[in-house]
Formats: sequence, C-alpha cells, structure tokens
Amino acid sequence: MAETPIPLEVRNITKRFGDTEVLKGLSLEAHKGDVITLIGASGSGKSTFLRCMNLLEQPDEGDLIVHGETIRFKETKHGREPADWKQVVRMRARLSMVFQNFNLWAHMTLLENIIEAPVHVLGKPKKEAIEHARALLERVGLTERADAYPAQMSGGQQQRGAIARALAMDPEVMLFDEPTSALDPELVGDVLKVMRDLADEGRTMILVTHEMAFARDVSSQVIYLHQGVIEESGPPEAVFDNPRSERLKQFLAPKH
Amino acid sequence: MEALTSRLEALLADNSIFTLQTLGYYGEGLVTTVQLVFLSLVIGLVAAVPLAIGRGSRHRWISLPIFLYCYVFRGTPLLVQLYLIYYGVVFVEGIQDTWLWVILEKPFVPALIAFTLNTAAYTTEIFRGAIKATARGEIEAARAYGMSDRLMLRRIVLPSAFRRALPAYGNEVIFMLHASAIASVVTIMDLTGAARFVYARFYAPFDAFLFVAAIYLCLTFAILYFFRWLERRLLAHLKPAGG
Repeated sequence: MAETPIPLEVRNITKRFGDTEVLKGLSLEAHKGDVITLIGASGSGKSTFLRCMNLLEQPDEGDLIVHGETIRFKETKHGREPADWKQVVRMRARLSMVFQNFNLWAHMTLLENIIEAPVHVLGKPKKEAIEHARALLERVGLTERADAYPAQMSGGQQQRGAIARALAMDPEVMLFDEPTSALDPELVGDVLKVMRDLADEGRTMILVTHEMAFARDVSSQVIYLHQGVIEESGPPEAVFDNPRSERLKQFLAPKH
Repeated sequence: MEALTSRLEALLADNSIFTLQTLGYYGEGLVTTVQLVFLSLVIGLVAAVPLAIGRGSRHRWISLPIFLYCYVFRGTPLLVQLYLIYYGVVFVEGIQDTWLWVILEKPFVPALIAFTLNTAAYTTEIFRGAIKATARGEIEAARAYGMSDRLMLRRIVLPSAFRRALPAYGNEVIFMLHASAIASVVTIMDLTGAARFVYARFYAPFDAFLFVAAIYLCLTFAILYFFRWLERRLLAHLKPAGG
C-alpha cells in the first residue's frame, strides 16, 4: 500500500454516444508528479477521455478513483449517473481543468475569475484568496491585468489566466484539454512556458495536445489513442522514437 | 412656495386650459402612472426570475404551466386582460361579500394585477432567452470547478444573464409605461386619464394630449438614460480592449 493515495486512477472506462462507442475500456494511473500526455488524431477520443476524468462526460462503464475515493454511480433511465453529487463536487475540487477555449467567466474580471471557486466552492476567506490570486497572476505574468475582463485580453493572456484559475484550487491533478489549439501561433509559446514550469515543479498533469515537441519534452508518459483504444503507451522516448504500431508511425510521420 | 404659486399664476394668466387646477390633475395623474408602472414592474421582475428558471426546467409539470402562462399573457391584448380582471371579478360568486372586494372594487388593484401579470410574462421570456444564451463553456467551467447547480445559477448563470437581458428589459420598461395609458379606460385617473378629462372639459384635444405626450416623452428619456447608465456600468465586460 502506498502511503498517500494515488491522485487519480481510471479503470476500464467506456463511453458511447448513441450507437458509436468512442471509448473502449481505457485505463490510466496518474501518480504524484506524473505528466501524462494523450495524443491521437481528432476523433480518437482523447478529449472525451479527459472529460470523463472529471465527469463532464459520464462514462458508461468503468471506475474513477480520486485520491483513493471511488466515485459511486447509479443506473437511471437516462443512463449511468453519479450516485452522490456531493462526492462529485468534492472530487472536482481536487482536479482542475484548463479548456481549449479558456472558458473564463465573461462577467467577472480576471481576479474575480481566479478567486471565484476558491471562495465559493472551497470556502476560503476572500482576503486569503485574493493574496493567493495575486501571487499566481505574477507567476503567469499577468499582474497588470488583474482587473481586466476576459474580452479585453488576448487569447494567450486568457489561457494563462485560466491556468492561474486552475492553480488557485491547489489541485492534485491538472487536466489540460488542448490548451493551445485555439491560440494564434505567436501566443502559444507563453502558454507552453507556463505549463513547462508547472511540470518542472512536480505538478501532476494530464494533457491532451497536438504540440508533439512539447509533449516529448515534459511528459513522463505518452498515451497514443486510436478509435477509443490505447494503441501504444510508454515513456516519450519510446513512443516518439521507436513507435511499434503502424498507425502511430503514420500519425507521427511529418505531414507533407 | 407662496411666491412660486403666484409666479405660476401670473404665467398662466391668459390661459384658460392650463390652470392650476388642471395642472393639479396632470400632477396626480403622473403620480398614479408612476406608481402603477413602478409597482407592476417591480413585482413582475421579482416574479419573472423564478419563472424564467422554472421555464427552462427539465420537469414538464414545472415548465409547461409557465409556458402556457407566458403564451396566454403575451398572446392576448393587455386591454382585454384588464377588462377581464376588472369587469370579470364582479361575476365571481360571492366575491362582493369577502374582504377581497374592498380591494377589487376600485380599479387600481385590478389594473395593477393585469399589468403585473402581463409584464411578468414578457420579462420571463426575456430572462429565459438570456439564461439560454449563457456560453456553454462557462457552464462547463463552473461544473469543472466543483459548483453545484444552485451555486452555478447564483454566481455564473444569473449574473451574466441579467446583464445580457438589460437592453431588452429597458425596452419592456418603456413599453409598460406606454401601455399603462390604457388604465384610463377603467376610470383610473392616470396621466392619460387626466388628459381625457381636460379634453372633455375644454374640448381641446391638441392642448390636452400634446401636453401629456410631452410628459410621457420626458419619462421615456429618463428611463432611457437610466438604462444607458446601467449598461455602461454592467456591460463593461463585453467591450473589447481599449473600449
């Protein structure tokens, strides 16, 4: 038995949309300090897999174990649903998500965005939350933009702000869903730099990305998904330099 | 005050229509109109928030009655609703023997009820549209950050929906002000009622109604400016950089 529980464990997740099975029994274990990258073509199910991890999508089968706590499900006529929403709220507070389209709350300033969940979900005192938020803003290089609204910021600034919002929860695991895909090319670098710093400081991260060079650099494990199945998985050197499956070789081949 | 009254009297000296007495009618009419519109808007607004939330409910036994209520009150003329409520209640068996009759006998409360029900129906639809237009991504973020449905409604969905609804709601307020003119047909001495009275007394339609039109215009401007000020304050977040 490990002394501290594993931050996130996923076992045999399946997910169907109508008749199409998009996830066909996927498992994953994120230990403390792991950086796990999910790669694959669009439609391979990598984003859906990530979204199942904090139940933005409800998996049809399989188990989720967050910090040693198994999420309980019940069968309803609409399909499988969590049995205890309080438990879901508790587990979501341990995982924070960074979205492709940032999804900052538009009617709040950046600072308000960052303190919102710590104050109203975790019950942190407001003063403390603001102090923490200011420190995080400095970290992501947005000290001057604390009082700006999301619509007044560039995409790169919004995404760095969204990362600060995620960090404000003191999450055990950070989930990144294609965090640079919606950004102009010249803004990608700043966001990746922030993410690299997080990986370096030992944050547990699971990310879906198309930035292969970045994935190779920071990941401790790379998972290649193809049509809802883990086709190949391993340390980045093995996956990128010696792909075994034909499909992965094709996927990694330079596009002409 | 004395000086002011005599100053006014001097001003109105060669005017047979706008005497201090008729101006008094207009003044009372203004108070009645503002009371009627303001009260119905406030009550309607308070009622519309839960109705708009219920209108989007997954449970049909909550959303369907609200849909029907909105449909009926938006689908029929306010004047007809007013007639039904003012003249209709008289025919409810035994109502004249209850305490309700003390209130319903006079036209003010029936008019207030009709106006309130009407504006609540419109406001419900305005809010419902605004709630439905909440960005999916913002709702997902709220879920992902551990918010319960209640907390999400209170902190994310409603604050952003109210802001979005503001311009449309400003129109509804102006619409209600103008619609309130029909209160005069059930003998309420509102602004239009005062104008009708002056018209009938002096047979001077232009004087009577142009004057009241000017008062309505002033009220409308005040409302417009109020909402413009609110929008400037509350919709700052929608303006792009440098705005």
